[in-house]
Amino acid sequence: MNYISIKNNQTILLSDIPESNYESFFDMNFGLISGHPARHCVNYFGYKAGNNVKLICCIADDTTHEILVSTCLVHKTHELESFSKELLCFEKFEREIHENFGINYIDHLWLKPVRYANNRDDKSQTIANYPFFSIDSEELHEVGVGPIHAGIIEPGHFRFICNGEQILHLEIQLGYQHRGIEQLFINNKKLLQRATLAEDIAGDTVVGHGVTFAHLWESMCGYEAQLDTEFSRTLALELERIAVHVGDLSGACTDIAYQLGSAVFGRLRTPIINFLQEWCGNRIAKGLIRPGRNQFPFTQELGERLKHVLDVFEPEFNEMSEKLFSLSSALSRFERTGLVSNEDATKIGVVGMVARMTNLNRDIRSSHPFSLYSELAHQPILKRHGDVYSRVQIRRKEVEQSLQYIRTLIANIPAPTENKSITDAPKPSSFCLSLVEGWRGEICHCALTDKKGDLMIYKIKDPSFHNWLALALCVRNNEISDFPICNKSFNLSYSGHDL
Amino acid sequence: MLSLLLIILAATFFTGIIIRTKSVASGRKGPGVFQPVKDVIRLFKKGAVYSETTSFVFRLAPTIYFASVFVAMLVVPFGQSKGIISFNGDFIFFAYILGIGKFFSIIGAMDTGNSFEGMGASREALYSMFAEPAFFILMGSLALLTGFTSFQEIFSALHLGSSISYALAVMAAFVFLMIAMIENSRMPLDDPKTHLELTMVHEVMILDNSGFDLGLIFTAGYLKFAIYGAIIFNLFSGTIAYQYAIPMFFGMQAFLAFVVGMIESFMARFRMNHNAQFIVVLSSVSLLIFFGALLVSGKFI
Repeated sequence: MNYISIKNNQTILLSDIPESNYESFFDMNFGLISGHPARHCVNYFGYKAGNNVKLICCIADDTTHEILVSTCLVHKTHELESFSKELLCFEKFEREIHENFGINYIDHLWLKPVRYANNRDDKSQTIANYPFFSIDSEELHEVGVGPIHAGIIEPGHFRFICNGEQILHLEIQLGYQHRGIEQLFINNKKLLQRATLAEDIAGDTVVGHGVTFAHLWESMCGYEAQLDTEFSRTLALELERIAVHVGDLSGACTDIAYQLGSAVFGRLRTPIINFLQEWCGNRIAKGLIRPGRNQFPFTQELGERLKHVLDVFEPEFNEMSEKLFSLSSALSRFERTGLVSNEDATKIGVVGMVARMTNLNRDIRSSHPFSLYSELAHQPILKRHGDVYSRVQIRRKEVEQSLQYIRTLIANIPAPTENKSITDAPKPSSFCLSLVEGWRGEICHCALTDKKGDLMIYKIKDPSFHNWLALALCVRNNEISDFPICNKSFNLSYSGHDL
Repeated sequence: MLSLLLIILAATFFTGIIIRTKSVASGRKGPGVFQPVKDVIRLFKKGAVYSETTSFVFRLAPTIYFASVFVAMLVVPFGQSKGIISFNGDFIFFAYILGIGKFFSIIGAMDTGNSFEGMGASREALYSMFAEPAFFILMGSLALLTGFTSFQEIFSALHLGSSISYALAVMAAFVFLMIAMIENSRMPLDDPKTHLELTMVHEVMILDNSGFDLGLIFTAGYLKFAIYGAIIFNLFSGTIAYQYAIPMFFGMQAFLAFVVGMIESFMARFRMNHNAQFIVVLSSVSLLIFFGALLVSGKFI
């Protein structure tokens, strides 16, 4: 076969990835995905190799716990057949390749710009002259929201086409937050700079992106992290999940104007992030995760403190969620609002929580385990309906599950070991892929090194990349006044998408 | 004259009590009860900023809106004492003078050309339209019951009836309270605290107003609450002597503000398309009152 199977966090030589021409590359990857719901594309990107563009496609198989990597070389002048025509999950990847390298597809549905990257191929295209999808009808009207929003949130433009109060179409255009993070990874040579950069990809997933980078770097340097380091990472990931989920529950209550829920959940987030501060000196855990070292060892005393924090947190959280989920006025806002069907979710390739709320089992913690998750024997929580209610409920259930995992973890705190630092440089001419399930979903980082062992390409895929489309689809035929609650129930990242 | 003074006094603390109740219910201390008045005084000292796309309509609208509420306030009586203006059919005058104010606030919002404000204006117009039958069926029934057609005469005659007329008054109080919520765009129909333009009704219409104009709109809102509070009080007050009626009036206003605050604290806002249904329900309650009035006055054949 023309692909190589690797495990999560495995480093291979670039020359080990079988290269084929585009036709067989296309046929093979097409065959791998279509008709196999357990397989999905975790990353598909290109990079310049001389005058040509090299495409790398990584497909994760959830049942065999493997990632199938293949590559091909194309020239800019080649007009390619697109995956997107049949497999919508490739739609955004191909748009990105088109935007960055000018490769044209003959049958792509809509080669709309992704984020107006600084290193894009066609510099004459700017957001200022972008033709939004528009209507000529007298009856319909357009509503433009953003890029500056009413709340203190990130920038992004939403263009609605409405029939009265009903939304017919929503177009989301992002890119305002583009910082060129992938290029900065190459430009910044120091490991510490890169580690802090990874933490800055999305401010609400500091631990998630930090751990992904750490795993990737350690794998490339042939370094095996010690048990206590992985323990800290797992614990931090779960704490981050609790903090953000509780904050989102508060946000959902604010958007339906349920003041009690908004106030109580907002307060409940505080003890969790305050504990992170106690642990590492930062409330959103910046500086906690570093490749090759356990920066802040988790001691027995911290374990006692955390146990105490959770003992207070848990009953209050349960009481408030009990109240919220039995309040009829709240349920009438949540139920049957913003539906995403399982079919659509599979088609557009959503990941993480958004996939699980439509009964699509995608969870890297169980399908490609990392850190201590294989010992925790993680069982993903699935919901069936795909509405706002499912998304809110999944948050509640995942908080409960995370609480349980943390209790299991701190019952058996590994003794801190002495840090043994990374001695080797990354392997030359190699490829590595790292997957982590952050609170929002699957985070994928890929790195390629050149012949000297320097970082050549760094590719990031945040879970928001695919999930934004799910938001655009779910609001169709809903009332425009329900858009904020739909948006909050997804809580997607602008900066994670724009990079 | 008495009612005018009392309504203005009640308006100074009504919104403040709502905000304070909500603050305490969510575990915060909250601002002082007179903070809304202080805010308005601050706004009155400021100049207004006008968008270049607006015309004279936008500048005129807040003043007319405020004036309409002020004039409506003049016809509201207090117990036996008449309002400053009182004539037969003054409740119709009351409803439509408020309607003029609403009309101007709607076209003022449309004048900005802002897509959010247009949406808010259409929602506000829809809700007022549905609320109108509820008000008229209710006032018509009371007129039928008492045989008078001015606010003051209707209210002073109302207490003389049997106990069933008090039952009708309770239903009427509910309808008036809900109309007050609709008129002021409060929960559960609209969330006055939200920052999300897409879910707003009244707030989104005044996004472009600033300074003095905004102060006028706020003041009108505070007055409206107190006006409806006064009408509800009148349903029960009858011939109670002033030395008891005046403290009762303030007690009732404070209690209503407290009830509004509690509703806003402990429930979620309605889904937008349920709002219209809910308002139509008010009309059906008014119809019940109408049948009650028919029963009492023996007009059923």
